[in-house]
Amino acid sequence: MSFHLILFLAFGAVCVGGAVNLLAQRHPINSALSLIAVMAALAGEYLLLGAEFVAAVQVIVYAGAIMVLFVFVIMLLNAGEEEETKGSRVAVLFGVPGMLIASVLMAWVVLRRSGTEAVPIGALPGPPTDIAQLLFHDFLLPFEVTSVLILIAIMGAVVLASKPESSSGEVD
Amino acid sequence: MVPLSYYLLLSGFLFACGVVGFLIKRNIITIFMSIELMLNGVNLSFVAFAAHWHALSGQVFVFFVMVVAAAEAAVGLAIIISVYRTRETLNVDQVNLLKL
Repeated sequence: MSFHLILFLAFGAVCVGGAVNLLAQRHPINSALSLIAVMAALAGEYLLLGAEFVAAVQVIVYAGAIMVLFVFVIMLLNAGEEEETKGSRVAVLFGVPGMLIASVLMAWVVLRRSGTEAVPIGALPGPPTDIAQLLFHDFLLPFEVTSVLILIAIMGAVVLASKPESSSGEVD
Repeated sequence: MVPLSYYLLLSGFLFACGVVGFLIKRNIITIFMSIELMLNGVNLSFVAFAAHWHALSGQVFVFFVMVVAAAEAAVGLAIIISVYRTRETLNVDQVNLLKL
């Protein structure tokens, strides 16, 4: 077992555990913290794949900015434990076995069809300069469009989150 | 050397966890976090394929996905705050009317 595989399995175990914990926890703040663990472990996986830029952006933007926003909103709204709701019996009866069968089939197909392919770690020439070349030359138009999207999102968030009394275009 | 299929399986598992959380969770914020989990699973498969095919475009796409996720998080959380202000609840079962 190579060292890369051991690292992959370690980060993957954190990912899987965090994702399952996100589903198991009833309080949103616990779910948010386990999601942060998943994102940090994913950054490790990106490093293993030779994507340093994506790993850095994952930590800064996802685990840093977006999850801070989530935690902030959870604390702002004082979100408590979610209530138990009655689920459908039929869904459990048929859904869980169906999901198991489907996932095992998919795993079998994926492992079979691409079993011999391997990702050599660190073999990808992906320093941030190459990505910048792609981003600001080949993908310049999408890049600009996303900047406009961010601008619109900022304005939308401000309008939506502002108090109804303070907004001028309020219709009762 | 880690086979590509391992990464795909991990990515599929994360996506499936996101789908399950989206369906079984009742708190609107947790549902939103499940969507983020799905996006992360897709990002992992993007990067794995980029490494496999030696194509950097995959990493650039991950960058775009992250930007869109950030915009979505900002607007979505603003909507959640607005919903909480009018409904006083975060339970999606009780948010069942479009109009107040």
